[in-house]
Amino acid sequence: MKPVAAIVFKDIVIEMRSKESLSSTTMFGVLVLVIFNFAFEPSSLERALIAPGTLWVAISFAAILGLNRSLAMETDNDCLQGLLLAPLSRGDIYLGKVASNFTFMIIAELVILPVFVIFNNLKFNVQFLEIAAIAALATLAIASVGTILSTISANTRMKEVMLPVLQIPLTVPVVIAAVDATGRVLTGETAEISSWLYLLAGFSIVYLTVSYLVFEFAVEE
Amino acid sequence: MANTLALESEDIRKTFGHFIALSGLTLSVKRGEFLTLFGRNGAGKTTFLKIAATLVRPTHGKLRIEGIDIHQEPERVRRHIGFLSHNTYLYRDLNPVENLRFFGRLYGMPDSEDRIQKLLERVGLERRASDPTRAFSRGLHQRLGLARVMLHDPSVMLLDEPYTGLDANAVEMLNQMLDEAVAQGKTVVLTTHDLEQGLRAATRAAIIDRGKIVFAGDAKDPGIREAYGQYVRMGVPR
Repeated sequence: MKPVAAIVFKDIVIEMRSKESLSSTTMFGVLVLVIFNFAFEPSSLERALIAPGTLWVAISFAAILGLNRSLAMETDNDCLQGLLLAPLSRGDIYLGKVASNFTFMIIAELVILPVFVIFNNLKFNVQFLEIAAIAALATLAIASVGTILSTISANTRMKEVMLPVLQIPLTVPVVIAAVDATGRVLTGETAEISSWLYLLAGFSIVYLTVSYLVFEFAVEE
Repeated sequence: MANTLALESEDIRKTFGHFIALSGLTLSVKRGEFLTLFGRNGAGKTTFLKIAATLVRPTHGKLRIEGIDIHQEPERVRRHIGFLSHNTYLYRDLNPVENLRFFGRLYGMPDSEDRIQKLLERVGLERRASDPTRAFSRGLHQRLGLARVMLHDPSVMLLDEPYTGLDANAVEMLNQMLDEAVAQGKTVVLTTHDLEQGLRAATRAAIIDRGKIVFAGDAKDPGIREAYGQYVRMGVPR
């Protein structure tokens, strides 16, 4: 686990210095919520229907911004090749990058979620913690698949465009599950929420396992 | 009998789509040998070094570093090699110490501080140790890249056109470090277009053309100069 921790620590140091990824993803996520807040002024019932969608549009598109920045960090000066020269398995490098992408996305969500709560007149109670738990699970799935897709798109000509083109279709099931689970928390209908949570956990495990195994081919020239 | 070969390749081929980068390259480099590979742009020098460094998978053929198959045990192979390319693979937002410390951790060297300080002194960057590498010139980047290559004390150094962009002082420093590496018994495989620099410390020299070795000989043999001259003027030497 030491090399994985070294990759995460390195990414945190670079981010603390450049402040490029967190500032852009957080700002983007908050802006999306602000725009939706002004676009819709629904009753509390409609809000419960619309709010989960606005939250997950904000998080999933902010994640793409963060993943693009994470990719740029490794493609600048061909640094990814430096990682590949180290005596680690390709899977360990993948896990390191997933861990740092997940960490940055969670930090951004620590700002986005409270803004969401305030705009929707919710309270910082168990409901908030339940939404945070759903966000953590969905973020793991998004980071797992996003890390390998950003690596694949690095070898294409239009890498910034290619990532969302690949990422959005593959994360649709995750976003649908997260939207539905969040909606159930907001309406208090939590009876069947476990099936959505199992789906999120399942996608996280499948994306993480498959990407770990095929990362070697994604980084090959 | 103990294996005395540091690098051994058999019929290495590599294609990128329809482009044939290597077309059956067979080469042996003994331990402690300094081999310089000459060749035009696109001849296959960089591809060969990248395959030896386990960065690129060959389409066909076998390659062993210190007797270890690169396909079967790539992680073990990487402990033995230091690879310097056109790009130095250094993070521009980290300073030299942070860069080397990071790579030290990847190589499982938790107590690398003394080694990092010695290497920075060796490449003349001890006074720039806290500056972000973003502010470094090409030459300073290459010096730090050399320190990265030497960090884990590799037994086989693969250097892809290391003289590119270096000023006279940096070339002198690089030459001294290569001389020291050879004196320590390390194996060096270097690619360059510069005949004089390439032959300066080399014990063997070879010319690659269209993915194959077309000439190989003793670096001190005047025949290599003649062959290279003919290759540059007319193509494959006869």
